[in-house]
Amino acid sequence: MNKPIIEIKNLGKKYNITHQRGGYVALRDILGNIIRNPFRFARHKAKQITGANTREEFWALRNLNIEIKQGEIIGIIGNNGAGKSTLLKILTGITPPTEGEVIMRGKVASLLEVGTGFHPELTGRENIFLNGAILGMTKREIIRKFDEIVAFSGVEKFLDTPVKYYSSGMYVRLAFSVAAYMEPDILLIDEVLAVGDADFQKKCLGKMEDVSKETGRTILFVSHNLSAVKNICKRCILLQKGKIEAFGETGAIIDQYLSSAQSNKKAVHIFDKQNTPVSIDSVSLYDNDGRPQSDLPISENFRIIVEFSCKEKIQDAAISLVFYSSDQEIFLYSTNVDTTGKYGTYEKGQYKAIITIPAFLFNIDHYTFDVMLCTPKITIFGEQKGLSFEIVNINNPRSINFRGKHLGKTAFPLFYEIDQN
Amino acid sequence: MSKTTIIRPKKTLSINDFREIWTYRELLYFFIWRDFKVRYKQTAIGVLWAIFQPFMTMVVFSLFFGKLLKIPSDGIPYPIFVYTGLLFWQFFSSALSETSSVLISNQAIITKVYFPRLILPLSSVATKFVDFAISAVILVGMMIYYNYAPHFMGILVLPILLIITFMAAVGGGLFLAALNVKYRDVRYALPFFIQIMLFLTPVIYPASIAGEYSWLLALNPMMGVIQAARAGLLGATPINWSLIGISFFATAVILAVGVVYFKKVERYFADII
Repeated sequence: MNKPIIEIKNLGKKYNITHQRGGYVALRDILGNIIRNPFRFARHKAKQITGANTREEFWALRNLNIEIKQGEIIGIIGNNGAGKSTLLKILTGITPPTEGEVIMRGKVASLLEVGTGFHPELTGRENIFLNGAILGMTKREIIRKFDEIVAFSGVEKFLDTPVKYYSSGMYVRLAFSVAAYMEPDILLIDEVLAVGDADFQKKCLGKMEDVSKETGRTILFVSHNLSAVKNICKRCILLQKGKIEAFGETGAIIDQYLSSAQSNKKAVHIFDKQNTPVSIDSVSLYDNDGRPQSDLPISENFRIIVEFSCKEKIQDAAISLVFYSSDQEIFLYSTNVDTTGKYGTYEKGQYKAIITIPAFLFNIDHYTFDVMLCTPKITIFGEQKGLSFEIVNINNPRSINFRGKHLGKTAFPLFYEIDQN
Repeated sequence: MSKTTIIRPKKTLSINDFREIWTYRELLYFFIWRDFKVRYKQTAIGVLWAIFQPFMTMVVFSLFFGKLLKIPSDGIPYPIFVYTGLLFWQFFSSALSETSSVLISNQAIITKVYFPRLILPLSSVATKFVDFAISAVILVGMMIYYNYAPHFMGILVLPILLIITFMAAVGGGLFLAALNVKYRDVRYALPFFIQIMLFLTPVIYPASIAGEYSWLLALNPMMGVIQAARAGLLGATPINWSLIGISFFATAVILAVGVVYFKKVERYFADII
């Protein structure tokens, strides 16, 4: 068949942004508003009901035209809010487009999150069936592949233990394994490889690649992990502000993306309220003297300040920062639990976290980082991705030894005591 | 390449929607299985809760309404009279409240995976039906104890009554679930509404006290159902087919409104939930 397996014609998605405080409408808030401001409330309500309320429109995607042939593995990259996830959500059918049309010739499966629908009270065995069914497998299919899935995950021993007692590593491995055994013609993957240990990620990527080579499966792969995109995708789409900026050979597209990402670095990021239990409101970078700065001297400490608000009580959560070096390998995964050893509970309200980063931890390079509030079981309450900063070679006493970049990933100095006996 | 998917902005309600539910029937089964499996985890008496609740309600009601207040019961011993009503009422009310919040509680799945959303409300009503079946055992026990045997028509009418209750719970539940996605007010209003409904439904009193206006009460589907259940199983009164007819009609309207509204807003759940 010569027809493209995925045809996207003139696709667009519009969101109406209503400026509403808080995540959802609760009666208590409304009553509070009525008492404080009865007239404004009545006028507002009348406008809302009659639809006269002016709303801001926002096109997350517009005029998208893409044709993808069978067996291609296409990467989709772009900044936050470029529309990557919206595109996948439309393709999976989770949300409808506002205009345009998509034709997909074949069985479609999507993986927007690992372990979707995993229930903590159910055992590993039970969750394999439940998760498999949610991912679109039939019961017969799951039974047929059950042993392989279990062997791949390596959690045979704990198969009859509720997954709430699993370590987060085991949990992720089991979830990945179920997903790795899906057999659709078209597979849509979003960012799921950001969690889990590196070896296992490679194993999964390898498995996906094998399958697609054997059976001619078509894969669309959204990721911030550029090295993964580089490894498995021949061609790549660069999205920017809801439009296709470029579509072509992966290496060239990644270079184009990186050069535009450089210009995107900022010291203070302020974000719109998000539709998640936790909103990251702002992330800012300050140098040792307390000035907002995104070019940071290698020889000085600097600070990252994260302000976030919880719309509800959040339990067992950790603030996590993931740093990527310019080759897009994870440089450091850091959480506030690293030092306390205890996950925190956050009541509804606003919080501010100050993270101090010691001098010389980062080498001279361009780094991107993600901020999230998440549980050990990879539930993400709120996140912001792809922020960046630059470590620069100024005020560096060690320049005496090195020109440019220090060798190795980190520039952290060790302590030497040298005595003559 | 067996299947072609076309995604367009607007979609109208069509026969395909129901065909789709059929293709996803295994997922429906898995949701029911999950809900049932999870519900009584880490409880000491487990599934006995399904029996314990209606049973204790029956005991308390019999004591207060039957013994002390002496509410008439069409000449039937009050405990079995009220239990028959409670059995159907609790199936309906618990299914309704469970369904109304089913989309919210499955938010994580809805925003990450596509499947026909209708499956979720259907699964929660079905789960409640399993509870109904379990607590029906008590009724059988009581019928033996009080020496009641259902006549032939009673057995025949039972599936119809179950279908009406099921349809009413699904229809009302669909409407409320879809509404709840946008307005969480449902969460506060519904328990109150259900409480009021309990008194407007002949659970603790016989339908006969409404007299010539009973047809009006039959617009409440549960009225016809409970009245017919007592008539069919206990022979309290002859089965009133026209009341069942009215209830059935009212239920069909509720179901149609529920399905149409649900389908209308369904596609935007993931955006606004």
